[in-house]
Amino acid sequence: MDATTGELILEWKPRRRHSRISRLFDWKPFLVALCMLPTAGLLLIFLTYPLGLGLWLSLTDTTIGQPGEYIGLDNFTSLFSDPVFWGAVWYTIFYTAVATVGKFLLGLWLALLLNHHIPFKAFIRAIVLLPWIVPTVLSAIAWWWIYDPQFSIVSFVLVDVLHWRSHYIDFLGSPWSARWSLIVANIWRGIPFVAITLLAGLQTISPSLYEAALLDGASSWQKFRRITVPLLMPILSVALTLSVLFTFSDFQLVYAITRGGPFNSTHLMATLAFQRAIPGSQLGEGAAIAVSMIPFLLVATLVCFFGVGRRKWQQGSDND
Amino acid sequence: MAGLTRRDTLLSGTAALIGAATLPLIGAHAADLDVPTADVKSPDFKAESGATLRVLRPAKFVDPDEVLFRANTKKFSDQTGIPVRVDFVGWEDVQPQTAVAANTGAGPDIIIGFGSAPQIYANKLIQMNDLAEYLGAKYGGWHQLAQIYSCRWGTQDWLAIPMGGSGGASVYRVSWLKEAGYDSIPNDHAGFLEMATKLKKNNHPIGFALGHAVGDGNGFANWLLWSFGASLTDEKGKVSLDSKETIAALNYARELYPQMIEGTLSWGDPSNNKAFAAGDISLTFNGVSIYYVAKNSSDPKLQAIAADTNHQVPPLGMAKKSPSSSLVVNAMAFRHTKYPNACKEYLRFMMEAPQYAPWLAGCLGYWSNSLKAYGKMAFWDADPKLKPYIDSMDTPYYDSYKGPISAASSAVAANYTLVDMFASVATGNATPEAAVKTAARQAARYLKG
Repeated sequence: MDATTGELILEWKPRRRHSRISRLFDWKPFLVALCMLPTAGLLLIFLTYPLGLGLWLSLTDTTIGQPGEYIGLDNFTSLFSDPVFWGAVWYTIFYTAVATVGKFLLGLWLALLLNHHIPFKAFIRAIVLLPWIVPTVLSAIAWWWIYDPQFSIVSFVLVDVLHWRSHYIDFLGSPWSARWSLIVANIWRGIPFVAITLLAGLQTISPSLYEAALLDGASSWQKFRRITVPLLMPILSVALTLSVLFTFSDFQLVYAITRGGPFNSTHLMATLAFQRAIPGSQLGEGAAIAVSMIPFLLVATLVCFFGVGRRKWQQGSDND
Repeated sequence: MAGLTRRDTLLSGTAALIGAATLPLIGAHAADLDVPTADVKSPDFKAESGATLRVLRPAKFVDPDEVLFRANTKKFSDQTGIPVRVDFVGWEDVQPQTAVAANTGAGPDIIIGFGSAPQIYANKLIQMNDLAEYLGAKYGGWHQLAQIYSCRWGTQDWLAIPMGGSGGASVYRVSWLKEAGYDSIPNDHAGFLEMATKLKKNNHPIGFALGHAVGDGNGFANWLLWSFGASLTDEKGKVSLDSKETIAALNYARELYPQMIEGTLSWGDPSNNKAFAAGDISLTFNGVSIYYVAKNSSDPKLQAIAADTNHQVPPLGMAKKSPSSSLVVNAMAFRHTKYPNACKEYLRFMMEAPQYAPWLAGCLGYWSNSLKAYGKMAFWDADPKLKPYIDSMDTPYYDSYKGPISAASSAVAANYTLVDMFASVATGNATPEAAVKTAARQAARYLKG
């Protein structure tokens, strides 16, 4: 056997075996599909399927225990004539708007304070994060105690310790005080997220800009207005979008503290959807309420992104 | 409904005529413990060979509930050789798991579920007529509420075996009522309001949940409604809320509300328990839990409260029987089981005196008996304060009174329609006429308008 023949066979066989798989893997569409498969699978199973199922349920009269039938838009038309639903829509928007403004004002203020050199800086920053770290249900229960008509610590201090009031405060006993109480609890919970995010943004601003402004004789307000705010805008828009989404779809605080009471004045769309779907067994109607949140969330996201986060800010360039 | 009414009348008539001494007279003898039973031949449920059972039930209320239930089950397995697995699940998981078992035709052979489940899954359940009739005959008959929840609506067909109910009563402080000049709670509305006014004057107000509290809020709203002769629906299930009786109940709520402790509008289910234990209120409606916790506490303050606490059936008002309902637990055997006879034999065994009696006594009033004879056991006398809970299931009132029990009626309760109606009028946020119309509209979204 001569070497040439042997070589030929050796070269030929692996090439033939190799080419099938390698050609398949070299084929770009296949490779792309293969690489995307795990992610696409996860998204399909855990996102598209539940969303699709929710949409389908909203078009049926399914109740817990009974498979429903397709009823078109009947759930939506019935909801449109339901004052409780519109009350929930209104309060969800109000709650989101007021709480977001509150969180951003206080969060920005806290971030500016934390950006200074203060003793135990790292420790204080860690403490600030606490409301965000504690599971919401736990902090909601704490707020529920704080707002309790008989056992409130706030009332106890004001009435029994300081003697400033003669009666305990009924925080959750009337529609408006209950609404504001929930907003306060939500702001308390949301501040750390905004503060820490904005603090991260503040730290990316080069100190040389402030030094230059100082040389030019700029006041503190001018420095804040002309340097801090514009350079903070990119991260602000992201934080704002996330914060609006979290607040709009809030559930735990309201469910643990008031369950939508008194007389449905504090229902958010999420709590109303849950109440109707699970304890009330009307899965179709609950799904319709949940689906009704989608347009609001889309609009809120678009406003945050295109309104606040304009490209020039996101890229940090000038007005030109 | 007509059939049910006839049966109800018959039963209550018989009870009224013959009274408590009936059972021994009709040839009963003292069975295990002290339960009077009639001589009735036990149905012969021949368990299928190789049978195994899986049972799902709500988590325990108090320790003995689970310990004794497991011990009874073990006794059954030892005697019959049929292995039985019992799973205890959280209360909120019972409803979805029942739905899954019913719809998929798989899962536990027996589910001990709540209230309306037998009506909702009627077509998936094994009929229990033979067992229910045997137990009824042997143990002095079933309480009215047991039949309402467990018989197919408007018929005498048993869909489930009612194992017991958790009922509510007035829980009150004896010394504070005495101080206001009362030995017991007046049964009429005017008298009750007058007492509430005096208690408030003495700085010991009453307190009932008017917030979104599933159990207590709906319980108080139902008491107001039923004690004035009003109802959510008529016999056919049509919303009948807009009536002069409801308006009267709403006006009464408006008068009673100022005599209550402040803040009840935001009360959840645990709030009245907390306020009573703190000595902030003198009277509320509740299960036995307030008393049970205080009595078994190591805190002398709570023990003193327990000593000063008593119970009474909620004021009747215009009702003839207690205008309050119970949370009924029903044992359902599903058609998908391979061992229907074993299911029945297991349930028969669990409901018989040697097993049921110690379990009921161990739960100390947490569960009330569904079979009348068990109300005559001596343990109820050991602590007379528990007595108002004996007859918790002796009432014609249920969640969607007077209409059929359905998923729709549960939806009305879950949406706090009645609670919000009373709360809005009591606080002056709506007139009775406007509130009743809003509530009727809300209820009609699920029930027939």
